[in-house]
Parts: sequence; structure tokens; C-alpha cells
Amino acid sequence: MPRVLRLLRRRLLASIPVLLIVVLGTFLLLNAAGGDAVDAYLSSIGGGSAELAQELRQRYGIEGGAVARFLIYASGLLQADLGWSVALNRPVLTAIAERLPNTLWLMGAATALSFTLGSALGVIAGRRPGGLCDRLLSGVSLALYSVPGFWLGLVLSILFAVRLRWFPVSGVETIASGKEGLARALDIAWHLTLPVTALGVIYLALFLRVMRAGMAEAWRQDWALGARARGLSEWRITLNHVARNALLPVVTMLGYQIAGMVGGSVVIESVFGIPGFGRLAQEAVSARDAPLLMGVILVSALVVIVTNLAVDLLYGVLDPRVEA
Amino acid sequence: MSQFTFGRRQVLGLWAALMASAAMPGIAWAAQGGRLLVASDSEPRSLNPAIVASNGVFFIASKVIEPLAEAAYDGLRPLLATGWEGSEDGLSVTFHLREGVSFHDGKPLTSADVAFSAMKVWRALQNIGREVLANLQDVETPDPLTAVFRFSKPMPLQLIENALPVISAVLPRHVYEVEDIAGVTALVGTGPFTFAEHRPGEYYLLKRNPSYWDAGKPLLDEIIYRVLPDRAAAASSLEAGEVQLACFSAVPLTDLARIAKVPGLEVVTKGYEALTYQLVVEINHRNEHLAKLPVRQAIAHAIDKEFVTRTIFQGYATAATGPVPATATQFYSPDVETYAFDPEAANRLLDEAGYARGADGTRFTLRLLPAPYFTETVQFGDYLRQALAAVGIDARIVANDSAAHQKAVYTDHDFDLAVAPPVFRGDPAISTTILVRSGISAGVGFSNQGGFVDEGLDQIIDEALVTLDPAARVALYNQFQRRVTEELPLINVADWTFTSVAATSLTNIANNPRWAVSGWADTELDG
Repeated sequence: MPRVLRLLRRRLLASIPVLLIVVLGTFLLLNAAGGDAVDAYLSSIGGGSAELAQELRQRYGIEGGAVARFLIYASGLLQADLGWSVALNRPVLTAIAERLPNTLWLMGAATALSFTLGSALGVIAGRRPGGLCDRLLSGVSLALYSVPGFWLGLVLSILFAVRLRWFPVSGVETIASGKEGLARALDIAWHLTLPVTALGVIYLALFLRVMRAGMAEAWRQDWALGARARGLSEWRITLNHVARNALLPVVTMLGYQIAGMVGGSVVIESVFGIPGFGRLAQEAVSARDAPLLMGVILVSALVVIVTNLAVDLLYGVLDPRVEA
Repeated sequence: MSQFTFGRRQVLGLWAALMASAAMPGIAWAAQGGRLLVASDSEPRSLNPAIVASNGVFFIASKVIEPLAEAAYDGLRPLLATGWEGSEDGLSVTFHLREGVSFHDGKPLTSADVAFSAMKVWRALQNIGREVLANLQDVETPDPLTAVFRFSKPMPLQLIENALPVISAVLPRHVYEVEDIAGVTALVGTGPFTFAEHRPGEYYLLKRNPSYWDAGKPLLDEIIYRVLPDRAAAASSLEAGEVQLACFSAVPLTDLARIAKVPGLEVVTKGYEALTYQLVVEINHRNEHLAKLPVRQAIAHAIDKEFVTRTIFQGYATAATGPVPATATQFYSPDVETYAFDPEAANRLLDEAGYARGADGTRFTLRLLPAPYFTETVQFGDYLRQALAAVGIDARIVANDSAAHQKAVYTDHDFDLAVAPPVFRGDPAISTTILVRSGISAGVGFSNQGGFVDEGLDQIIDEALVTLDPAARVALYNQFQRRVTEELPLINVADWTFTSVAATSLTNIANNPRWAVSGWADTELDG
């Protein structure tokens, strides 16, 4: 598949300056914020003498100038070393490896839920634009889309975890339960139900609306009329022709959504006490932990780049007219 | 008749049955001491209480590594030290250690461990110990259960005693005697619980120490600290029964009334008396307006302390009179200069100081930096802005996060007024006099960075540091309180302690004035 190889090569080359800009931008922004990692740490332990601050700055390796610190970080990066997190007192890579799976599970499940259910409902709504079904679904989706994520999370938590006690309030799995294999997987699924619902429902509405709008547009095309004239069944036109043509913007949306979720899950992660990537980024900022924050952003950028690549490849499959 | 005779067999049988019934609860107890789930809002970078003396660290680590003595409502309760006495000249303090105490790895506690902890850790590395023990020269160990602390200058025993619960966590020398002590992540002590596991972002797990020196304790099998940074999540987890205890006001004040009505939960306000936080207006005396005493007095008169405690703290605070909170009964003196809420007096003072209101009603403008550490400090910042506007001072709020606030106020002095929550740590010499003493270098947090200089006040502070007689020392600190309220290097607004929310099945809680950061050996979970 030469198209795929061409695309891969081009994207790989293009991603190098992107990552470089991301790293440099993060470093500069964090550097511009007042206070450093030692200020953040000392304020959390109730202060300390000037000598202590000096010792800590030396220990954390942040007493040098910004340029020197960036060069040290960048040279480590070239050797695939993400550095040492001063706030967590662990290698950045370890911290990321601990947190990324939680967010990927959360994101993956929420994306799968919102994409499948959202586009399916979108097809139902878009089958007869302006019909009763469409009005009902469009109304509900508009309402869902206007709900802030954290609010939905809190309401779900109060209703299903605090009042009914069907689901746990927080965490990714039962603490120190000693569960293994399938039991553990079920336990994690049980814990992730509410956060995935909260995160998924909002995006579900988005997919529904994009799908429906695409289909409403497609029905007006001449080929839709032609298909009807040829006497194809209503369902066949809907699924094979109209829906398929409306799928492209939905896939575009999918790419955006995955990118957005890496950052957007921070609120849901806080509400449901999930040690995820969004929370890690927030902790890194408040602790002024430059290596950790850059590591988080770098990995997020990689996730976005890979997702966009996957979406582009998917375009080619869905619509052969799209060339690399 | 034979069935009623008491033969040797029956007596033995009865005796065995009695023993069994007596032993049974004991056995059941050990097996079902239970797992206590606690909400924890943070994961400290280092958990070593001998190096980092802070509430966040003690909350978890004080169950694992014990101090020489802990705070009690009637003085001190001996832990690793059974007794101590100071020499006449104040140059030495002798500690007698408890017999039969061993560390979690089985090695016995000896005076060598105390000497190592004091010289190499508390004095050299600890944020508070390096100040309090600055004059510690040497620790002698005449025998395995005696440690003699030698000081280069007279050291008041009263100060040492008040500092013991905070600074004296004893580390095993054989584990920590390496080049980089702070780099040792293992947590080994003599405490009622051993450190078992930390899953970052999820929980800390402590397990019962079966060979704890206080036989029969601890009463819990496990303590799990669940990491719940979101305060709403902490409240929900309590309501759903997923945690049984939340300390340090993890449940917001505004939710307390509702939570208190939930069956099986109670709001506990005791157990924090020795961890009193003070709501303080820090003043930058480099500002030409604030350098004038009448202006500072006017600001003091403009603040309605009753309103602050009633509205911002929902009644869970008391109005402050001076730099020592009323909970510090040993030192507190009500004989101070007070400033009643009186906007008219404030306006008059400002008029007389030559600050006429401009066309827009404003006399002058100030930058106000509320500390972001507590909801209440931020809310008080908003209140202060309004209160000052009423007397013609335009205070503009500069909102920062923790690190930026720390740098702006304590290093760059880039503020006019700031709202700070310093802690009163049992003795004014530990972390209170530093708030007003002159000559403190830039960069020291929670200290006098406002450029205030008053020789009289400095003299009182320095004299109290070397005054051995407890009564004379208290008298000096009474003078200190009077002078601070007269000169107003800062304005004390309110004193508050935290609240806990606990399951009613949890007993023996809040039974000492530093309970949340004590060992919890006697804490019990019923049912």
C-alpha cells in the first residue's frame, strides 16, 4: 500500500517540529508562571528556611537558568529519557505509565460508547429529518450537550452512588481486594460505569447531531433521489448510501474528540477520584514540575498525532476519493 | 445428687470454659479489628516525618514513625521517651527511653537511634527542627536508654517540650544512615502501624504492627488512606460509607450541616486544638501608606471579625485578639490592644493621617494577595476588599496559585496586603515570632517578609528564646502579644481549627489536641 507508506512517512516527518514546538511552548509557559517547584513544595509543608530552599533547589536541579535547564531536559529527551519528576519523586516515565492506562480505559470506553450509540441514534434521527423521532432525539441531544460535564458527573454520583449505592463513588477498582483476572476486570468495569457514562453522554450528543446534520444534507442530493427512483428499499438507501456519505464528518469529529478527551477528562477524573492523566497534568502544573508536565503534554501530543493518522487512514477506507 | 458435685474435672472444665470466654473476645478482636478507610486529599512528596514536619506528612506517617512524646490535653504523653529533665543552666536535656521498644524490622530502639535522628536529621534536615535545634551541639549516649542533648546556648525546657510532638520522630539509624538520608523512601519506625503499600493516585495501606510496645494495641488491623483530592468526592464517599473518616475539614464547611444529619456520621470539632490556624492580614511596611500606624489601625477597625467567623467560617472559628490563639492556654493573654469593628473610627484615622477621599471616594489603592491554600482565605480576601472599600481604600485582588503566591509574597515582596494562614505550633518560638521578627532573609515562607522592624519587639523575642524559667518566659510572651497588637506588624483576624467527619462506629477519636496527626493506637472500629 504505497498510499499508506507515503502518508506515514510524511506524518512522521511533520510530527517532529510539532513535538518540538509543544515541548518548548510548555517549558516557556511554565517558566513564565510565578514560583518554581521549591516554592510549590515549601508552601505545601508550611514553609522552611532560606538554606532549606537553597538545598532543595540544588537537589531538584532547578537552580540554573532557564536555557540551561531546557538544554539538559532536551538532551535527555533525545536519549528517550523523560526525566525525573520532582513533585512525585519518581521517574516521569513511571508516573506516566501508572496513570495513562486509567485514562486510556476511560477515554476508550467513553469514545466507543459515544461513537457507536451517538452515530446509531444519529442514523435514526437522520432517517427522516423533521420527523417526530428526529425532533425528540435532537431535543434530548441538545439538552445533553448543554450540560457541563462535571455537573452531570456529580448528579450521576449523587443519584447512583450515594443514594442508590449501585455503583462506587470513586476509584478505579476496589482497594486492596486481591482480585485477579476476570473478577478484577469486572470490578474495574463496575467502577468505570459512572465516569464513562458522564464523559460519554455529552460526546454522544455531539456525534448524534453531526450524523443527523450530515444525513439531512445527503437526503437533498440528487443521487438520493436517484436511489429512490431505482426502487431501492428505504433502509438500504439510509444505511448504504445516505448514512455512509454522512459518516465522514463524524469520523473527523472522532479525531477531535479523542484529542479533547485527553485534556477534558480532568474534571471527570477529579469528580470520580480516578488517578488519570488529566489529574496528573493538573498536579504537575500546581507543583511547577516542568519535566512531568512536559512528559504529560508530549505523550498527549503523541496520542493526538497517532489518532489523526488513524483518522486519515480511515478516510481513505471510507471514501476512496480521498488521496494521501 | 452426683450431678451437682464439684469434682476436679468439673472445676477444670469450668475454668477452661471461663478462660475461653475471656479469651474469645480477644481473639475475635484481633481478627476483626477491621479496616479503617480514611479520605486523604494529598500525596506528600516525601513521607518522612523526621525530615518533613508538616500536617500532610504526619497525617499518614505518625502512625508508622513515633516521636519521643505526643501532645495530650493535660501536657505531654510519653511515647518513646518515658521521662526527661533539663539541667539547671539550660545547656542540656536528658531523655530516658522506653524499654523493650523495637523497630518494625525487629531491631531494638536505642539512644544511638535518637542521637542519630537528632543530629543528622532533625537538626540538619528538618524544616522546623533546624530552627528549634539550631543550638544543639551534640547528643551523648551514656547508655542504650539515655540520650543527653547538649546545647551551645541555654535552651528553655518549655520550648523543647512544646516542640517534641512536632520535631522528634525517631528513625532507625541502621536504615537511614546513608549519604542521602532524604533519598531513603522506606518508612520504618516503632509505631502502631507498619507501612505496607502506596498505589500512587489511589491509596496508602498501613497494617497493624503485631509487636507494638503498648501490648494489645493497636486495635485496628489496617488503615487505608484513599486519595480523594476532590472535596465533593470526599463528602460523597462518607455518605456512601466508602470511607469512615475525613480529617482536616476535607468536607467543606457549607456541607457540614447536611452531612451531620446523615445517620451513622458525626461532625467532630475536637482533636485539633494544638493545630490552630490563624487568619492573618500580612502587611508590606515598605508601602508608604501602610508604614503609618494610623493606617494599619484603620484597617484593623474596618474588619468585622464577628462577621468573618460567622459567615466565612460558619461559626467554626473564633475572633482573634492577637498573635497567640486562645487555644494555646499556656501562653494566651487577653490583655492586649483591641480594635473594635468601627468604620467611622477607621475613616477618622485615615482623614487625620492626611488621606482625604478623592472624587470617586477612594483615598488610595493597594494590591491584596489572598493565599490560595484554603477556601476561607480566598473568601476573606473578597470580604476584605469590600470592608476596605467602605473606608475608602481600593484593594485590588491579585489571585495566584500556591507557588506563585509563595514567590510573590515571601520572596519578591510584590504585595501590599496579603491574607495568610500561619499555624500556631504549641509555642510562640516555633513558628509565630518569625512572623514579626526583623532580619529574616527573603524566601522564607510564612515569616516577616513585610519589612517590619521594631527593636523593642525583637528584644522581647530574643530574650524569651533564652529565658529558662517557664513563668518568666510566659510573661515575656504576654508582653509580645501586647506589643504586636499595639504596633500591628500584621493583623490577626480569626483563629480556627479543623473539623473531622467520622462514622459513629469509630471510637476513641479526637482524644488529644493533635489527634489527626497522632498514632491512633487506641482507635477502634465497632461492628
